[in-house]
Amino acid sequence: MGVFTVVDSKDVERAADTVSVALTVNRRGHHLDLDPRTTMLDALREHLHLTGSKKGCDHGQCGACTVLINGRRINACLTLAVMHEGDEIVTIEGLGAPGSLHLLQAAFVEHDAFQCGYCTPGQICSAVGMLDEAKAGWPSHATADVAVPATTLTDAEIRERMSGNICRCAAYPNIVAAIREVAEGGRR
Amino acid sequence: MRSFTYERATDPRAAMAAVSRTGAKFISGGTNLLDLMKLEIEQPTHLVDISRLPLRAVDELPDGRLHIGAQATNSDVAADGRVRTRYPVLSQALVAGASGQLRNKASVGGNLLQRTRCAYFYDTAASCNKRVPGSGCSAIDGINRFHAILGASDACIATHPSDMAVAMVALDAEIELLGADHATRRVAIRDFHRLPGDTPHVETVLRPGEMITGVILPPPPPGRQVYRKVRDRASYAFALVSVAAIVATERGVVTTARVAFGGVAHKPWRSVEAEAALLGRPATMATYRAAAGAAMAHAVGRGHNDFKIDLAKRTLCRTLTHAALVS
Repeated sequence: MGVFTVVDSKDVERAADTVSVALTVNRRGHHLDLDPRTTMLDALREHLHLTGSKKGCDHGQCGACTVLINGRRINACLTLAVMHEGDEIVTIEGLGAPGSLHLLQAAFVEHDAFQCGYCTPGQICSAVGMLDEAKAGWPSHATADVAVPATTLTDAEIRERMSGNICRCAAYPNIVAAIREVAEGGRR
Repeated sequence: MRSFTYERATDPRAAMAAVSRTGAKFISGGTNLLDLMKLEIEQPTHLVDISRLPLRAVDELPDGRLHIGAQATNSDVAADGRVRTRYPVLSQALVAGASGQLRNKASVGGNLLQRTRCAYFYDTAASCNKRVPGSGCSAIDGINRFHAILGASDACIATHPSDMAVAMVALDAEIELLGADHATRRVAIRDFHRLPGDTPHVETVLRPGEMITGVILPPPPPGRQVYRKVRDRASYAFALVSVAAIVATERGVVTTARVAFGGVAHKPWRSVEAEAALLGRPATMATYRAAAGAAMAHAVGRGHNDFKIDLAKRTLCRTLTHAALVS
């Protein structure tokens, strides 16, 4: 066995029937005809050529593919595009652009919150979703008493809530600083 | 990933009809199923999307119980005000699991049905009675640090990975099911998951075509609820050992005791032995140690996971101390 796979004739893939899906991506409507196997990440990257969302592990472990769907952060690699008929997707390309950066993008630059940059789009999309979750008072594993409806975003809370985004360059201290600045509503 | 056809169910009855096709499977959040389909460990030929069925709500029932729809996300349940105040152990367990992104997608029903994270189950070059019945178990003589110490068999020593289900077992939750014949039934969560025995590929008492529609929590027992999880990383890792405990005391004596363990068995593990050793006894470390000893009396290590027996005892003592302190 090893790395070689013997392909039996019954295993040969027949072309799957495509499914049509309507998505709104970064406020623009799209109609796609997709093999149902297409993940949201592959639909964004390969079909819509929005390559800001990155493929790291492709198994929901690294967070590089994080996008916002109907305002919530999710792993785009672990969901099928056809399951998102009518949904609103925001990727890093929809958050800001050179010259008009999103607050978090500007804070990441200001705080040198990356080295290679591969995880950064996922980190920023995740942070956008995370700040909304905290604003809504959601508890986390770092919350002392889950029954208390308010949340103070301490460094421990930011680290815990961002644990689904791995940075292999280990820019974590600066990522936390960038997010803290935006959470506090400006520079300190 | 093998190819499959896709269909979105519009109501539960249509979903039941759609899933009766050979090779069909329900998909909800998909965070575990798609992971396994990419590795071709799961190979459904037809997916029935039930994520948009009207089963997302958390509703109060007139008799003080709480009904959680099977399609509610892990995040929604963890953030629900009634869960946070009346069932804090459930909220704590949910936020101890996975990551923010996964909790936003993963459903309550899918959480209950997630498969083990045993590395040999995931490695298609290894033997695994759960993946390929009758092929053997590479874990028993392998690197079994994460594996079961209670209720395992010579066919399988995998653990159930859920945190949520451990809290639900301590809370005496019931699983609400809709059958292929459109009849509903309820199963106590402690009877829902199975021990491996000779058939580790049969993980629950779900019947073919049956769908989880919700989870019902009875009114909470008196006492303080605590979930404690021990893992290799500070966050975003499966439990080596976890404990859900509910403890009430009166004049220093334990009057309510609920104990469940995660990470130790093929199912979330309710320890009636620990509960019996606590009830009516003084809330002291000597009592907690006796309860821990009773809980682990039949524990068996397989080498790399021997440490879990002591770890489970210590985690229970620590959790009980915390729970009894303020109750």
